[in-house]
Amino acid sequence: MNQWKNFTKGFIKENPVFVLLLGMCPTLGVTTSAMNGMGMGMATAFVLVCSNIVVALVKNQIPDKVRIPSFIVIIASFVTIVELSMQAYVPALFEALGLFIPLIVVNCIVLGRAEGFASKQNVASSAIDGLGMGLGFTFALTLLGGIREMLGNGSLFGFRFIEGDGILIFILSPGAFIVLGYLIAIINKMKKTA
Amino acid sequence: MEYFVIVISAIFVSNIVLNQFLGICPFLGVSGKVSTSVGMSGAVLFVMTIATIVTWLIQQYILIPFGITFLQTIFFILVIAALVQMVELILKKVSPPLYQALGIFLPLITTNCAVLGVAIQTQSKNFNLMESVVFAIANAIGFALAMIIFAGLREHMDLMRVPKGMRGVPIALVVAGILAMAFLGFSGLV
Repeated sequence: MNQWKNFTKGFIKENPVFVLLLGMCPTLGVTTSAMNGMGMGMATAFVLVCSNIVVALVKNQIPDKVRIPSFIVIIASFVTIVELSMQAYVPALFEALGLFIPLIVVNCIVLGRAEGFASKQNVASSAIDGLGMGLGFTFALTLLGGIREMLGNGSLFGFRFIEGDGILIFILSPGAFIVLGYLIAIINKMKKTA
Repeated sequence: MEYFVIVISAIFVSNIVLNQFLGICPFLGVSGKVSTSVGMSGAVLFVMTIATIVTWLIQQYILIPFGITFLQTIFFILVIAALVQMVELILKKVSPPLYQALGIFLPLITTNCAVLGVAIQTQSKNFNLMESVVFAIANAIGFALAMIIFAGLREHMDLMRVPKGMRGVPIALVVAGILAMAFLGFSGLV
């Protein structure tokens, strides 16, 4: 039960994007469509799970003073793995996400979980925490990307359901800020009434 | 490429914050007051320029000759992290007043994706050293411009009556959206 709670907290209660406001750059930058959002979320989730596991495994070997640089190297290694794999297997998505894939390194969620959770807990709960947070992040990005794609392009995951053009501004940069602003307002409201 | 085009496009057309979404964390985090946002912008200008020069040299003289460009991400982030620490130490020793002004912002910059983003972009755009420096400075100015305008808006917003649910982050994001819309007017300029 406790592990289940550990897993589900990333979705709403401690959602990295909507509640903790971490990892804003990729959140706003890549969510022009639901597919891009989901791809970015999955890539980050993979890095989160792997780095959480490794950090939990080696936490006793690392001297306290060089903790953060060591975590960054671990994270950067997994980001490089993701980068090269995506380039090889999903080149279209790699092109669309572009600069934001190497920037997973500086995503505060990943370092935040490594420092705040994995460096204190055992391997199993760290893995579950990483998975939960990663899926919560994916959920947030897919939701934001889906809304922007629906409003801006009249389609969802590439399937069109409206003829003609959408409201272009939602695909462009201002749309990202505005949609996320309203989403956070709605979630704040939901949390208060719940 | 002409320096003028680089500068204009980096500051206005593809503004680093409002158009490329890099450095959003400090943009939302420390934009409460104009004075702090000026300090943060100064620190970013400082670190971004030095980091771009150092990473450019590393890329050209270490990574490319040894054929290990796939290690770019790891190298760059470590260099930037070390550099920030070093800048902090040197500033403390050499120029205490500057350290007083920028000090608290420096550690925050390591996880500022704008610095790493600009360093990687100069490589993917194949800039030479001089172009990279100009590009970094122009991006830092673009960051400062967006940041200071936004901080000014937020100072005014504190006096406004905002609906309860929208207070804080949501209204800040919507305002940032409108600001980004204004910057869209520059597109097609270069």
